Amino acid sequence: MRRQAAATVVDLFRDDARVAVVLAEISVPYFAEAFRHDPQRAVNVGIMEPAMVGVAAGFAMEGFHPVASTMASFMAERAYEQLKLDIGYQGLGGTFIATGGAYDYSTEGATHQAPADIALIGGIPGFQVLVPGHPREVDSLVRATYANGAPTYIRLSAQHNADAHPVGVGAAEVLRRGPAATVVAVGPMLDRTLAATDGLDVSVVYTASVEPFDAEVVAATVGDDPVVITVEPCYEGTLARHVAAALTHVPHRHLSIGVPRRFWRSYGEPLDLDAGLGLDAPGIRDRVLAALG
Amino acid sequence: MTIEDVRELMTLATGDEKHDESSTSTLDALWVLYDRVLRTDPSDPLWEGRDRFVLSKGHGPVALYAILAAKGFFPREWLGTSMRPGTRLGSHPDRRLVPGIEASTGSLGHGLPMAVGMALGLRAKGLDGPRVVVLVGDAELNEGTSWEGVMLAPHLGLGNLTMLVIDNHSSSIEMGHWRDRLGSFGWNVRLVDGHDHGQLTAAFDVGDAAVPVAVIADIPAGEW
Repeated sequence: MRRQAAATVVDLFRDDARVAVVLAEISVPYFAEAFRHDPQRAVNVGIMEPAMVGVAAGFAMEGFHPVASTMASFMAERAYEQLKLDIGYQGLGGTFIATGGAYDYSTEGATHQAPADIALIGGIPGFQVLVPGHPREVDSLVRATYANGAPTYIRLSAQHNADAHPVGVGAAEVLRRGPAATVVAVGPMLDRTLAATDGLDVSVVYTASVEPFDAEVVAATVGDDPVVITVEPCYEGTLARHVAAALTHVPHRHLSIGVPRRFWRSYGEPLDLDAGLGLDAPGIRDRVLAALG
Repeated sequence: MTIEDVRELMTLATGDEKHDESSTSTLDALWVLYDRVLRTDPSDPLWEGRDRFVLSKGHGPVALYAILAAKGFFPREWLGTSMRPGTRLGSHPDRRLVPGIEASTGSLGHGLPMAVGMALGLRAKGLDGPRVVVLVGDAELNEGTSWEGVMLAPHLGLGNLTMLVIDNHSSSIEMGHWRDRLGSFGWNVRLVDGHDHGQLTAAFDVGDAAVPVAVIADIPAGEW
């Protein structure tokens, strides 16, 4: 996804003189062609994430479509106030691409892990928060949003689904239909959710858009006795307010399967953490079955 | 129109901010900027060829509001509504509400990095005429993000950027030695009396500077 994001941005950078790239040391080699093509519009500010966002805001004030990128922890956490004030409050657009979603940097501890990012950025009015599940989805979402005038946080993941889906801002897609529950999979959680619910009589809804969220599709998918299960690549409960808002008209149950809200001190590959945190297919299936009774 | 007229306009402002001395510490420098230095068009606040001004510290905007009103960016009557329900004039300036305000500010340490981006944007557009002036306070420069901008601007060769430091000695930690400190990062540092219009005017004349200029406007301690 990271390579695809950079390739798409470089492609747009070449074609559209209004695109500016602002980096903070991380990922500079991925964007090398932009720096060669027009160094006036491609800037590496060094290891200064708040300034990266501030400089992107300045570019936007001058009519550019800025693209900034760094790790999710340094984008959503260290530069949070800049995203809120320099971008959101000013009413500016821009694309903020975060790498290393949740615990992709699985051996590096909480300093490089940011499962709170989606909830944090969702707390800034007007921000679009997109979580693609496949490199081709990254390409289509970056192209669809980079110049739409809104600020967009695009959260990349090391793991991705086998197939791309036709994703869009505020769009969700029903992949399976069944009456027992509606299972909403976000971005890279789709394939394991499909595996976990194999043979179960549940609906599976896929979305790469958390902000805005497709409440209509969820509301239209649930049955008379709604059970909604969200499978989230971020802190559990991040989507709870969206589920609540979608189903204000009907009593319902909601189970969130996501990253537990604690610091863990275990290492290994992301897949090892998936298993340890119950976010692999068997772990998800156990919790879905328990919820279905 | 004189600075005395602006002082008179400032008395029209309502709300507690009317008495905020941080407005008056900036008044002379702001007046010099808007009366003698910055190229602006009040009838077309977003004119592409304008000079950009950012009140980074955001506090005490009444002097700026009064000058913008005096220059015709918005009706003087607005001053009499400030801080009240329905007004466009809050205690921190909002670019979405006030013509002539380039950036919504108030949280310290944000203006300089944004101004660096604006200066880069002007350069990328090939606009050699306009410049960016950003006003910061001496205590605001406690903020680490300010120093990100202090490091960046000379590194990027932003001769089209001027940082005006209102040094009213309000910082609890020593912030002096401006020439050594900012100079060591590559700034062209100019120390002036913050109330002296002649010195301020001369300091803002940067010509074809290759590096950013820092104008340190000294305001006597205890005077805000």
